[in-house]
Amino acid sequence: MQDKKISSVELTTEYLARNAKLGPVLNANITVADEAALAMARAADAAIASGDAHPLTGVPFGVKDAICTRDILSTGSAHMLDSYVAPYDATVIARLRGRHGVLVSKHNCDGFGHGASNENSHFGPVKNPWDLTRVPGGSSGGSAAAVAADLCVYAIAEDTGGSIRYPASLSGIVGFRPSYGRNSRYGIMPMASSLDVVGPMAHTVEDIAILMETMAGLDPHDATSVPDVVPAYAKELDGPVAGMRIGIPKEYFGDGIAPDVAAAVQGAIKEMEQLGCTVHEISLPHTNYAIATYYVLVPCEDSSNLARLDGMRYGTRGTGSLNDTYISARNAGFPDEVKRRIMIGTYALSAGHYEAYYRKAQQVRTRIIEDFTHAWKSVDMILTPTAPITAFKIGEKAADPLQLYLADIFVAPSSLAGVPALSVPCGFDRDGLPIGMQLIGPRMAESRVLQLGHQYQRVTDWHTRVPNLD
Amino acid sequence: MELTPDHIRSIAALARLSLTDAEVEKYREQLAGVFAYMEVLNEVDTEGVEPTGQVSGLADVLRPDRVVETDATTRAALIALFPERAGDALVVPPVL
Repeated sequence: MQDKKISSVELTTEYLARNAKLGPVLNANITVADEAALAMARAADAAIASGDAHPLTGVPFGVKDAICTRDILSTGSAHMLDSYVAPYDATVIARLRGRHGVLVSKHNCDGFGHGASNENSHFGPVKNPWDLTRVPGGSSGGSAAAVAADLCVYAIAEDTGGSIRYPASLSGIVGFRPSYGRNSRYGIMPMASSLDVVGPMAHTVEDIAILMETMAGLDPHDATSVPDVVPAYAKELDGPVAGMRIGIPKEYFGDGIAPDVAAAVQGAIKEMEQLGCTVHEISLPHTNYAIATYYVLVPCEDSSNLARLDGMRYGTRGTGSLNDTYISARNAGFPDEVKRRIMIGTYALSAGHYEAYYRKAQQVRTRIIEDFTHAWKSVDMILTPTAPITAFKIGEKAADPLQLYLADIFVAPSSLAGVPALSVPCGFDRDGLPIGMQLIGPRMAESRVLQLGHQYQRVTDWHTRVPNLD
Repeated sequence: MELTPDHIRSIAALARLSLTDAEVEKYREQLAGVFAYMEVLNEVDTEGVEPTGQVSGLADVLRPDRVVETDATTRAALIALFPERAGDALVVPPVL
């Protein structure tokens, strides 16, 4: 665009046409911004013409619908907010729009981010672009499918316990969860406030680095955003990785992992050795407690956060007396999984149970963090599969919520520790379904994680493969 | 742990949800399964371990307590979200 070979209006028009054609096939979008997108594209073209261009200027992107976007519907994929138009942009969105990024679509997701398969949406399940009978992963499934199918160049989503990395892995794209606090959470529909992180999804780690430079940094609207200086991530991508010590936690290669996934990750480990890294077996002994810890802490914080949704000041108003108003609004407005998590959290926080569940889980969380702190004494990076299996069939695991909770087994520990973690495509299984590996670094070491991911992508071509949808 | 239908109904009441009998039974089974799974946490020795509430590394982040005016456009957008209104005022059901 900066060479004036194509305008943002032309590019946006092409993306809008592609969304009109393929969006319904995948059920990836809740809103396509059509007119608003073209207005942003015209503003981007004007910025380019006046010499005020940035790599993100004029580039079409999409946003998970659990993130607030000014003047464009933000439903959280729940009936409760199906007509909610936020009066403000989330900070990360404001920063991208400040660079004249073009917001083309709002993406389907699990309702309020509750799920790992994108089957818990008021707007129906999202389909995996690699096999339309399978899930794309969740909760940011619409965003993963949209990026994989080139319905947008990149997507902005949210990851509480894997909601970016897990669907990125199942859909064959890159997904990044930065350190907790690196990106502002302002304007995100909160799930578990001590875990929620905003991050980007794209085809390449290079794009992720460019996005992070714009998204990251202190925000006065979010008291948990950290004041650390934001590095020049893109410039630092070519920093040396030779000699980097990579830890392979033995707990991540147990019985539940599919043979093709294990083989693909072993292949990635060999590539890392080719890049000059050294590989070491390590132990993260509390890994097997991460899911139980996560599924205590998250519903507790979640049920508290969701108490604000009473249909009083915005959302769908209930009927009857004051108490009945709350009950009828929440009953009608919340999907099944949201109700289930509110029930789990309310029970775990109720009198007589708080110590046994919430406090106990917070203590085990400390143990999980100590696992990582200990690991950083002997390694610089940790490499694992992102998910134990590839994309499963829509409906296959819907009846048993615990089965679906276990999908997060490899992404939950790093979430609890608040460390940066990147999912990068590293192969395909025998059915042609994508496989992702996860690179986990120490807190605030985003640059190192992105370096390794980028240099892996320079010597592999998994990320260049595209699903056949045309 | 034994979860009874009455447990489920009282949790639902606390959470301002009402459930059909079929939902009560479904959640009773599912929650019992989930809480049974969480028992694994008791395998971890946490004697004397500090609980982790947050991982930002920050403490006591404060801001000045002052009123900030909203611009007219944002004000209008906020009011437009009211499910029920009288002029610019939000209408709520009577408390008593």
